[in-house]
Amino acid sequence: MTLTDDELVDALRAGDEEAYAAIVREWHSGLLRVARIFTPTRSVADEVVQETWLRVLGALDRFEGRSSLKTWVFRILVNTAKTRAQRESRSIPFSALHDPSRVPEAAVDPDRFLADDHPHHPGGWESPPRELPEDRLIAGETREVIERAIEALPASQRAVISLRDVEGWSSEEVRNALDLSEVNQRVLLHRARGRVRQALETYLNPEPA
Amino acid sequence: MIDTEALSCQELVELVTDYLEGALDERDLRAFETHLAGCDGCTEYLDQMRTTMRVVGTLTPNDLTQAAETALLQAFRDWKRSTS
Repeated sequence: MTLTDDELVDALRAGDEEAYAAIVREWHSGLLRVARIFTPTRSVADEVVQETWLRVLGALDRFEGRSSLKTWVFRILVNTAKTRAQRESRSIPFSALHDPSRVPEAAVDPDRFLADDHPHHPGGWESPPRELPEDRLIAGETREVIERAIEALPASQRAVISLRDVEGWSSEEVRNALDLSEVNQRVLLHRARGRVRQALETYLNPEPA
Repeated sequence: MIDTEALSCQELVELVTDYLEGALDERDLRAFETHLAGCDGCTEYLDQMRTTMRVVGTLTPNDLTQAAETALLQAFRDWKRSTS
């Protein structure tokens, strides 16, 4: 799509169904992934996405262009999802999304490194990363392993890695949509990628190191 | 030989995302690259993080189902009618 934000908003306000259908399709996957942070099931997430577009249309006249249209739509999604979660009194720890550093977590199991007081190589690899054979990486089964590893991540990590690495968003887009600081976005991404790498290593090297 | 005094392997793995995101300051970047140049384990680790990103990138985004698309387009037509 080559429309600028202003042109897009004008087209929507003028009732241009094609312009609307294009962004609905283009942003759908990302919207669904963000909705899943706050909702327990895929079907509730689907409903949240539907409700979001209704709210977007209803509020379109009030869009002032202070953020990009995409960011604005994602903010409405997050609010819709939170309201929905509160209504269903599901206690999702929103604060965890904003302060991941409260829960320290190593990207690699500390047992795989030599002790800090090792005479020659403190903190060096004791059990270095094992191979990820290229021919097996592209196999369908391996993709299922990755899907499952992502599914098993805490919701905020899952959202960040999905948007960055599956949907191909920039760090800025992710920060804006999820209202994350630069540092927190990076911490969440780091943990998510670390866990998925570990899942791959474990799957492709079933024998203990 | 690895210069273990500057940065240990265990410390380096925690900086990999900062490195890939271009978020290391000059001093840390130098320590990171110096360590990497002499360490096979960390070179492999960085490589695997890049591989992980690449393979995750081959997963398919969630497509819009036909039913959802129909409902969303209908909502748009209803909205249009209500505003005109």
